[in-house]
Amino acid sequence: MAQFKKNKKRESGAISTASLPDIVFMLLFFFMVATVLRTEEEMVRVVRPEASELYKIEKKHLIRYINIGPPQDARRGTEPVLQLNDDFSSPAEVQAWVENERLTINEAEQSKMWVSLKVDKDTKMGIVTDVKQELRKASALKVLYSAGRRDRTASSD
Amino acid sequence: MARRELQEINAGSMADIAFLLLIFWLVTTTIDSDEGVKRQLPPPVPPDMENPPPVRERNVFVVLVNANDDLLVEGEELKINSLKDKAKEFLIANGDGILYGDEPEDPDLPVREWVRKSAVQQKVQEYSAYVQSAESDDDKKQYQKVLDDWKDKLAAIELFGGEFKQLPGSALISMRNDRNTTYDTYLQVQNELEAAINELRDELSISKFGVPYAELEDNYERSPDELTRQRIFAVREVYPQRISEAEPQDAGAVYK
Repeated sequence: MAQFKKNKKRESGAISTASLPDIVFMLLFFFMVATVLRTEEEMVRVVRPEASELYKIEKKHLIRYINIGPPQDARRGTEPVLQLNDDFSSPAEVQAWVENERLTINEAEQSKMWVSLKVDKDTKMGIVTDVKQELRKASALKVLYSAGRRDRTASSD
Repeated sequence: MARRELQEINAGSMADIAFLLLIFWLVTTTIDSDEGVKRQLPPPVPPDMENPPPVRERNVFVVLVNANDDLLVEGEELKINSLKDKAKEFLIANGDGILYGDEPEDPDLPVREWVRKSAVQQKVQEYSAYVQSAESDDDKKQYQKVLDDWKDKLAAIELFGGEFKQLPGSALISMRNDRNTTYDTYLQVQNELEAAINELRDELSISKFGVPYAELEDNYERSPDELTRQRIFAVREVYPQRISEAEPQDAGAVYK
């Protein structure tokens, strides 16, 4: 075996970094599994308000989202608009949307559907009220006003 | 030229590649948290509905929000950070009989009534008899429901170790906003009103059962058991969550 020339002189080797990629890959996979991928593109800009009395929905597959806020694309103006799934929409379409979304949930859990309203904090209530009225007509009565967490207001006493 | 050694592929850059991927992932994904303020909307109003019966003014805690995000609470202007205390005052009214004892009546606040053990026991007996003698299954079911309610009330008295005072059935918090109110203000008002109820519930639950009310609900969601259910019922009985929103007005209506 002449071609394997042995290097006789050994240097004190650098710390092996061979396992580093494995560690980083592990991290990567962890994040990939742990994060929920946003399934829809955000077409409106939503800065969520903050609240203290939050409720967390455990069953994510029961949640459907309605986004309301000014369009990301400035060419569409600055008035708050409604986004359902991947499209701009109007309150009048909410009812039909609810019916469709309901069919995507299995029958036994259809009545447990939640509608999460992600509304920009500077939106005027007019459009929100319209959407709420439509949701009532569609009997989608469980609503979550999406919000960030803050502390409870301190009591004066 | 000398013979080349057979070398291992250098895996040092592998880490860089993986880091790059990791950072790309971190930047592109947004962690969506599904947290928010929970509300149950009222069912749609049937078109032929008559006007609701008038309620006594002292039994309703009225919160109005105008287009400039100013609050008018019970006829007075109020800053949002004192809304919670004001709402708590309303909910406690003349004392709940447990933590807040028995206070003199205030003409602006609702009057809490004692839930007497003897009266509840009588009701339980009464409805037990109805359930026994009910003819149709439907009747039986209905009576059973009422009976269960009274039984839970009896359990509440046992759990609290004494009688308590109850808000009148018509007592509620009513909120109305303008179409030009900002959403943030709307949500803050909703949040403060709920905070008032939650704080009172927590206080009662901690002093009587040693755990905050929210924990009771969490526990019940995870593993439902009878005692927790009765405790939740008991706390709700003393501090019911009744927040109503006024039907939106037509465009012409202005309230300031």
